[in-house]
Amino acid sequence: MEATAVKKYTYKDFVSDQEVRWCPGCDDYVILNSMQKALPEMGVEKENVVFVSGIGCSSRFPYYMNTYGVHSIHGRAPGIATGVKLANPDLSVWIITGDGDATAIGGNHFIHVLRRNINLNIVLFNNEIYGLTKGQFSPTSVVGQKTKSSPYGNTQPPFSPGELALGANARFYARIGGNNPKAMTQIFIEAHRFKGTSLIEVLQNCVIFNDGCYTDVTDKEVKDDKQIYLEHGKPMIFGKNADKGLVLKGLKLEVVTIGENGITEKDILVHDAKEKDPTMHQMLIRLAYPIATGIVRAFDDVTLEEREDELTKKIKAGSKYKKTDDLFFSGETYEVK
Amino acid sequence: MSIESIKPAPKELEGVVIRFVGDSGDGMQLTGTQFTDTSAMFGNDVSTFPNYPAEIRAPQGSLYGVSGFQVHIGSVEVSTPGDSVDLLVAMNPAGLKTNLYALKKGHTVIVDKDAFTKKNLEKAFYETNPLEDGSLDGYHVIEVDMSTLTKEALKDVDGLDNKTITRSKNMFSLGMVYWMYHRSTEHTIDFFNKKFKSKPELIEANTKVLNAGYYYAETLELISNSYTISPAKMVPGTYRIIMGNTATAWGLLAASEKSGLELFLGSYPITPATDILHELVKHKHFGVKAFQAEDEIAGICSAIGASFAGDLAITTTSGPGLALKGEALGLAMMIELPLVVINVQRGGPSTGLPTKTEQSDLLQAMYGRNGESPVVVIAASTPADCFNYAYEAARLALEHMTPVILLTDGYIANGSAPWKIQSVADMPEIKNRKVTKFTENWHPYKRDAKTLAREWAVPGTSGFEHRVGGLEKDSVTGNVSYVPENHETMTHTRAEKIRLVQNNIPNLKVEFAQQGDLLVVGWGGTYGTLHSAVKQITEEEGFNNIGFVHFNYINPMPKNTEEIFAKFKKIIVCELNSGQFAFILKANFGKFDFQQINKVQGLPFSNDELIQKFKQLL
Ligand SMILES: Cc1ncc(C[n+]2csc(CCOP(=O)(O)OP(=O)(O)O)c2C)c(N)n1
Ligand code: SF4
Ligand SMILES: [Mg+2]
Repeated sequence: MEATAVKKYTYKDFVSDQEVRWCPGCDDYVILNSMQKALPEMGVEKENVVFVSGIGCSSRFPYYMNTYGVHSIHGRAPGIATGVKLANPDLSVWIITGDGDATAIGGNHFIHVLRRNINLNIVLFNNEIYGLTKGQFSPTSVVGQKTKSSPYGNTQPPFSPGELALGANARFYARIGGNNPKAMTQIFIEAHRFKGTSLIEVLQNCVIFNDGCYTDVTDKEVKDDKQIYLEHGKPMIFGKNADKGLVLKGLKLEVVTIGENGITEKDILVHDAKEKDPTMHQMLIRLAYPIATGIVRAFDDVTLEEREDELTKKIKAGSKYKKTDDLFFSGETYEVK
Repeated sequence: MSIESIKPAPKELEGVVIRFVGDSGDGMQLTGTQFTDTSAMFGNDVSTFPNYPAEIRAPQGSLYGVSGFQVHIGSVEVSTPGDSVDLLVAMNPAGLKTNLYALKKGHTVIVDKDAFTKKNLEKAFYETNPLEDGSLDGYHVIEVDMSTLTKEALKDVDGLDNKTITRSKNMFSLGMVYWMYHRSTEHTIDFFNKKFKSKPELIEANTKVLNAGYYYAETLELISNSYTISPAKMVPGTYRIIMGNTATAWGLLAASEKSGLELFLGSYPITPATDILHELVKHKHFGVKAFQAEDEIAGICSAIGASFAGDLAITTTSGPGLALKGEALGLAMMIELPLVVINVQRGGPSTGLPTKTEQSDLLQAMYGRNGESPVVVIAASTPADCFNYAYEAARLALEHMTPVILLTDGYIANGSAPWKIQSVADMPEIKNRKVTKFTENWHPYKRDAKTLAREWAVPGTSGFEHRVGGLEKDSVTGNVSYVPENHETMTHTRAEKIRLVQNNIPNLKVEFAQQGDLLVVGWGGTYGTLHSAVKQITEEEGFNNIGFVHFNYINPMPKNTEEIFAKFKKIIVCELNSGQFAFILKANFGKFDFQQINKVQGLPFSNDELIQKFKQLL
């Protein structure tokens, strides 16, 4: 697919003729722009790209992309995307989903698509709210959150999509702030290159129903101190002055300051996204301070299509059935004269 | 029982119904299948129905652990597995207890006397031994010490454990029945040779027991009468015995080859549809992509995705699964993609009667979705024609860019019958609507003037990049539209598109009287029972005023439907539900008076009940 003869595209080639209808200021615009910028870098023909979404504000996304697309039904995009990819493994397939779409109504499909490791990509717009239906709490809303369906505060504890994903054996997981288009664009390109199911969780601000839910970690002023941007093979260092780092103490990650208490850069953990064992990746995902962003996990594994393809080739080669006639007339048949 | 010294000449019969019953572990399915295959090869027409317990491992000897296999063989056309039984083979008391009701008075029952132990009698809730207490008076009982004779036959074979020995006693009964009906044991011995290739001791053991049963019946002449059934007059050709679900799967394989499209199945296991999945997963050599999803919704959604990407896409299920698929089916209808949905109906509602048959999903298939969402609905009528209607479902889906629901049911799906093998070369053409060359002003909802079917632009085709979705769309551009008049236009267009399928389906044909007093109307899997009842009334009882018409196309119905109804004074609609097809007919053809015969017992109609009711109307 990433053949040399791919046309040269620009951002504009991926902009559809449909008027974008999200609320002004919504992070969804950032995600759309980042994707439209990332695609020309991927080296894939426009006609080979398919966006499949469920239902939600986020799921309007395919209408705005000038590629093939399906705006399907609530929570079911993974099923449809799986069918698209199995029917034509040469396509670059993207699932666009929200926190409600992916982890509430579509929770079952979400874990199974991750488990199977089909070579497709999932962008989860996590705004910790149901946007389209005008502001009910979701499975990622925090306890106490006041929403239209929890006026006195949410009493249902949330789960974290990243932890859930790794529990479902996700091979690739990245997290990024909805206000960070540069890094997001890069992560989309990496996700495309990664062979297997990639999940990108975007911490997406909904200006209308859950405004500011990530401000304390994503705001320009605090972002460098509150987030650690993980890169494979690099030490886990963060902070405005790049003087904070992560070390392992017992079974917990701990924040240390380089230069204090004899800590040097050598003491800081080095990020290994490609490690098969997800323990460290889970610890990073669970970290409340700093919030782990970037590619947390990218473990290279056999994909479902590869397994299927190998099996099919083997069976085809060894089979006496080339046409249905060979099957229909095989075995126990008899003549009536 | 008297031993007759002179063996009478074989008696000629037109047809005979045999039922083998025993414990789940007694191998009754294998025994029945062997007898069926041998008879078919002998040239008989056959129709079978297996009846297994719902429990996978029911306690041995229990009433609900009884497994049965019924086969109807005939020298004339047989269209049902038969109602009442001419010969019952009961391998244990529980089998006898649960099946004696079906045996015709005065007819033969063969029992394994060794199995009538105190313990087994208790498990079957017999207070006294039916072989001794006179309760079988009026039947011709053949008691055989089958277990003992089997052991005896195997005493010289080395390397057999007790379990294997006990297990092969079913072959003793099969040997006896072969002799009774003048069948050769050859086919079954061939079968042993193939099946136990690497276990010569099993070939020897099974062959010995089969022959022992055969010779037992022959040389001791314990059987007072012996019957033959001559070959049936069937259309010449190459045949095989096929089960309905296999025929369905093969019809799809044929459609895939004919259309040149790869076959994709997205499915989730559910009785009695799972065998279609089991069959299709075997055929990777044809490039079949069979995907077992995490649930029915993912099953249909994966099929929708595969269809969007250009495959011939299928999803298979039974009633509860169709309920789950409803929303996604509405999406497939809305985005106008070809999709075949197969519902092997079972007894409902809810979990209902999973292993029994019913026709009660018709209204669900027709209307079981939100909004006005018409799809094509067709139904197969026999195990063998599941092949044709699966093929037909694919053809209509591809040519009209629509979901098609194919209804079969547990009765025809698990039943088997001879199938005159059809080569793909002889099957009707299947055109699909894939686009290749981009033209200006193309849009995804551009329609064919005659069929209103849209074009199929699949990912990978340059220039046709487009978006489809469940939101209402503009009738011209295909873009999302909330305009009130447009929604009405689109609603009518989608309905009209399905109605126009009428131009692409055959007319109805009336069988027996072409006009007259009574028209028997059926649809789907009841063809065999209805046909044989009308045939019997016409041919044996001399009525010439009763016609029979059977629907395979339900939405839309054939063009000549009304014309046919007008030719009869009374119309009786027969179906295995409380009147769902009658409801549809009443809504569409209000000027006729539709009477009904309905049955909702999880069982097919019986010949006698039909004949009785028809006669009341004549
Ligand atoms: C079967 C079904 N149930 C409910 C809905 C209503 N619904 C639409 S979107 C949505 C929640 C969307 O939340 P999320 O996935 O977080 O997306 P967001 O709008 O926040 O991007 C709900 C409940 C629906 N469309 N379909
Ligand atoms: S409701 Fe929230 S998520 Fe939806 S478009 Fe508006 S700001 Fe964005
Ligand atoms: Mg949301």
